[in-house]
Amino acid sequence: MKLTRRDFVKSNAIAAAASVAGITLPAAKTALAAEEDADIRWDKAACRYCGTGCSVLIGVKDGMVVASQGDPDAPVNKGLNCIKGYFLPKILYGKDRLTQPLLRKKNGQFDKNGKFEPVSWDEAFDVMADKWKAALKKTGPTAVGMFGSGQWTVWEGYAASKLMKAGFRSNNLDPNARHCMASAVAAFIRAFGIDEPMGCYDDLEHADAFVLWGANMAEMHPILWSRLTDTRLTKAGCEVHVLSTYEHRCFELADNGIVFVPQTDLAIANYIANYIIQNKAYNQAFIDANVNFKKTPLDIGYGLRPEHPLEKKKTGEGGQLSAISFEEYAKSVEPYTLEKASEMSGVPKENLLRLAKLYADPNKKVTSYWTMGMNQHTRGVWINGLVYNIHLLMGKISEPGNSPFSLTGQPSACGTAREVGTFAHRLPADLVVAKDPHRQFAEKVWKLPEGTINPKPGYHAVLMHRMLKDGKLNCFWVQCNNNMQAAANMNEESYPGWRNPDNFVTVTDPYPTVSAMAADLVLPTAMWIEKEGAYGNAERRTQFWRQQVKGPGEARSDLWQIMEFAKRFQMEEVWPAELLDKMPEYKGKTLFDVLYNNGQVNKFPFEGKITDDRGNEYGNDESEHFGFYVQKGLFEEYRLFNSAPDIIKKGHEMADFDAYHKARGIRWPVVNGKETLWRFRGGYDPHVDGGQEVVKFYGQPDGRANIITAPYEPPAESPDQEYDTWLCTGRVLEHWHSGSMTRRVPELYRAVPDAVVFMHKNDAKKRRLRDGSMARIVSRRGEITARVETRGRNRVPEGLVFVPWFDASRLINKVTLDATDPISKETDYKKCAVKILKA
Amino acid sequence: MVNRRQFIGNVLRTACGVGLMGLGLGMYSRQASSLPAMAIRPPGALPEAEFLGACIRCGMCVRDCPYDILKLGQLGSDDVVPGTPYFTARSGPCEMCEDIPCIPACPTNALDHALTDINQARMGLAVVVDQESCIAFLGLRCEVCFNICPIRGEAITLDYQHNTRSGKHALFIPVVHSDACTGCGLCEKACILDEAAIKVFPMHLAKGELGGHYRLGWEEKEKAGGALVTPDATHQYNLPEGVRYDLQGKGLILDGSGSAELPISSNPLDSLNNNPLDSLNRGREGQ
Repeated sequence: MKLTRRDFVKSNAIAAAASVAGITLPAAKTALAAEEDADIRWDKAACRYCGTGCSVLIGVKDGMVVASQGDPDAPVNKGLNCIKGYFLPKILYGKDRLTQPLLRKKNGQFDKNGKFEPVSWDEAFDVMADKWKAALKKTGPTAVGMFGSGQWTVWEGYAASKLMKAGFRSNNLDPNARHCMASAVAAFIRAFGIDEPMGCYDDLEHADAFVLWGANMAEMHPILWSRLTDTRLTKAGCEVHVLSTYEHRCFELADNGIVFVPQTDLAIANYIANYIIQNKAYNQAFIDANVNFKKTPLDIGYGLRPEHPLEKKKTGEGGQLSAISFEEYAKSVEPYTLEKASEMSGVPKENLLRLAKLYADPNKKVTSYWTMGMNQHTRGVWINGLVYNIHLLMGKISEPGNSPFSLTGQPSACGTAREVGTFAHRLPADLVVAKDPHRQFAEKVWKLPEGTINPKPGYHAVLMHRMLKDGKLNCFWVQCNNNMQAAANMNEESYPGWRNPDNFVTVTDPYPTVSAMAADLVLPTAMWIEKEGAYGNAERRTQFWRQQVKGPGEARSDLWQIMEFAKRFQMEEVWPAELLDKMPEYKGKTLFDVLYNNGQVNKFPFEGKITDDRGNEYGNDESEHFGFYVQKGLFEEYRLFNSAPDIIKKGHEMADFDAYHKARGIRWPVVNGKETLWRFRGGYDPHVDGGQEVVKFYGQPDGRANIITAPYEPPAESPDQEYDTWLCTGRVLEHWHSGSMTRRVPELYRAVPDAVVFMHKNDAKKRRLRDGSMARIVSRRGEITARVETRGRNRVPEGLVFVPWFDASRLINKVTLDATDPISKETDYKKCAVKILKA
Repeated sequence: MVNRRQFIGNVLRTACGVGLMGLGLGMYSRQASSLPAMAIRPPGALPEAEFLGACIRCGMCVRDCPYDILKLGQLGSDDVVPGTPYFTARSGPCEMCEDIPCIPACPTNALDHALTDINQARMGLAVVVDQESCIAFLGLRCEVCFNICPIRGEAITLDYQHNTRSGKHALFIPVVHSDACTGCGLCEKACILDEAAIKVFPMHLAKGELGGHYRLGWEEKEKAGGALVTPDATHQYNLPEGVRYDLQGKGLILDGSGSAELPISSNPLDSLNNNPLDSLNRGREGQ
């Protein structure tokens, strides 16, 4: 980069002035930096953190990331970043990066109670494969499992899905997205028969009003919040309604701030539907053309262990829907009057009425957003559905500005966990293991004999830890997440499960996380831009990046590990003889041969380097190692599930591999090279014939969406005399999830070093606690200590405390309860009972 | 941070300092008027001249600070009058204890015992000294100073502004209010820049400094006269007639359709299928 003459004079003048003043000005340094920038190679990448999907430009020089910038051409963030994104390059260079495999050993041998010692990749995989083979031999496919991530790249999730479901024939594959998005997924499938939002981020500019149902966008989706704020500032009449169980930063912008008693969002949503019906504000024509009415089983328990008293008491089961009439639906919400809803929720009537009127106004375009407040909920699928009900009653859906929009917490919760289907019950592109035609289709694409894929769903995230504890799941591989810190009820389930002497736990991570500490084998990984990757954000946008730098030391990407581990297994060791007899050509081959050397994944040659349109060259360590363009092969095979002519479920079409390296993300479905902004509406969605007046929810066989009635039911654990306080957990802007990356950025650590317990001043006073004094947060399951914060960003009501979970030295998940939504199996991290004591 | 050993050392030096005073009291008194800008006195400290007269350099406030942030001036090393207490916001700000233990520890009222509400303390004043480097002014979502401020929503507020550069984002500009800021320095400590952009007044020292690795995307692009990486591909969209989509500009453009000001829904079914009486009566049930 050259300095212009004018710049040069200017910076010299400044430097001269600076030297006279005896100080060094940043401007002088910047001029110097500009000269140094000339050698920097810039390329795009998706941000490593949340589901917003900001794009950044990565500056590399001499094999190191030396600079970064927000991508000014990215439509999501237009050159901006949040505070985490600002420090992105630093996550690669934490001083305790793992650079070699580490195995617990005593006297030179693996020992579950030994100390971690560096080992070679060969030794690591030898020991690990021995354990897996022994478990497969003793118990079969259900004894092995893998816990993956919505932070995996698309092809890592795809390769893992193949390894587990096709290779090991085990459906014990679940992502951490189970903790995050599972309720949203189940609700999409129930209401629309197809996963992921119908709208896109352009709703942020087109809506007249926003309603946040359990989403702290101000901190968790910072750049989207910046767009929402701008619309509120610049659009006349724009309103922001915020619902939560405590006041968070979104309340700073709220025109209607609503703090409700935990769990009563169910009552509030039903009240709004009742209001719409009582005032005949519903859109009759839309309902007639596009909606069915359904009910769901009641009193379905709380996803606890079967012997738990709450589970013994339940009278209903699951989520099988049955048809009802509009009149029956109307009757089911009738009890939720304004008075009743206000009484249950503790919210003043005028606030509820204002919200109901907003939804009922046919002239206001409303976009509803939600994240963990609604998903991490023992009735998460229900409450997701209740919000869809409101939008469907009014016909406020699938058009610019009218959007019920489930935000995602992870960069590829959509792209990897959901679209690739790395859940215990799913296959790629919305297919499921339980349906014969879906399995058969997957077996055809993967060139497997019929009957390879197990029809029974595997263990979901929470069940995995229980099965580890019970000794039924014996080999467990965790990649790209920190589930020891993330899973609820660590003391009673997670830790005893991982440390069960019958089990062998492998953790793949760039850093020594709490999970790594609890594992038996730790594998160092090449992270983020140390490999070629793809993420899919919350608005169906798929974004690619090239490998920018090499991982440190012997670190190898999750993808390399998955594929390399597959080489350790002969088909005879993993498949029964009768299955292998159906395809005798697979005899004597390895899992790697059958899964990845199958003529499809290895179809694209690797030329020794990747070259972009400007002639810049990039490495690709996986392709170099395996001898073919691994990422392209996996993605193109994956496209056989979503874009081939014979696919079972349309609507997930994607562009070809090369298109994504050229674009700043493309929103699916992509048909004939065109991307889709709003789904299910004529004109916008290529799968709907007709004009804008035509809506077709083609995920359902009859093209109609379901309005599903569900009542209020109480939470699993509520405060009582002894444990008298609600505990809600969550995140803060400065840290990402368990803090394994952001806590290694000194500036972010300094900004928010420790988790504190946010509590009301009166609650603190009652317990003789002051700001900054240490408090014990105690539940029936465990306790931690944290400093009291009564003045901070979260203003909680009396009787509720909020504790963030990023802090590895204060593991709040020792305290939380592993109650889940029985339909989605997603944990409710927002509600359990604790007592607060002076430490 | 002062550990126990350093503390004892400090006290010993203070004793020496007190001894030295007999020799050069006048000199130190003159120096006192120029307290370094990085040094902030504890809460309740009298105006500097009076404070120096009242402080007997006993170190009791330092001893009673539960966060060990207070230090004593050391002869010849920190330009603070030897033996007098101070803290440096960037490394150890005042944690704003509700009971202010340093004040009752003071035997001479150099830390004013009348101060019982820490929120009324005025140790200094935070100033966003460098609006060029503070990333909030650039539209990035930081707000660390706002988030950490213990006088929440009063000492530092956020001023929302339209980001005219991006066209669709807001700026969250931190604004310090001197009527509420105690000068505790928590914001200065927490500031994520290499050099804090928000500092506790007096502020005549350094400007803030943007992180060395970071570039401003839009400026880099302008300097280079185009995208630093491959320009975005041409996009095509499925759109109904009369609707356009401008990816880098306005987004969706609805030509000739009703604008937001018109009291009709963009969905014609809303108007066509509603009973006019229902529409008229809608929303009036409370009246």
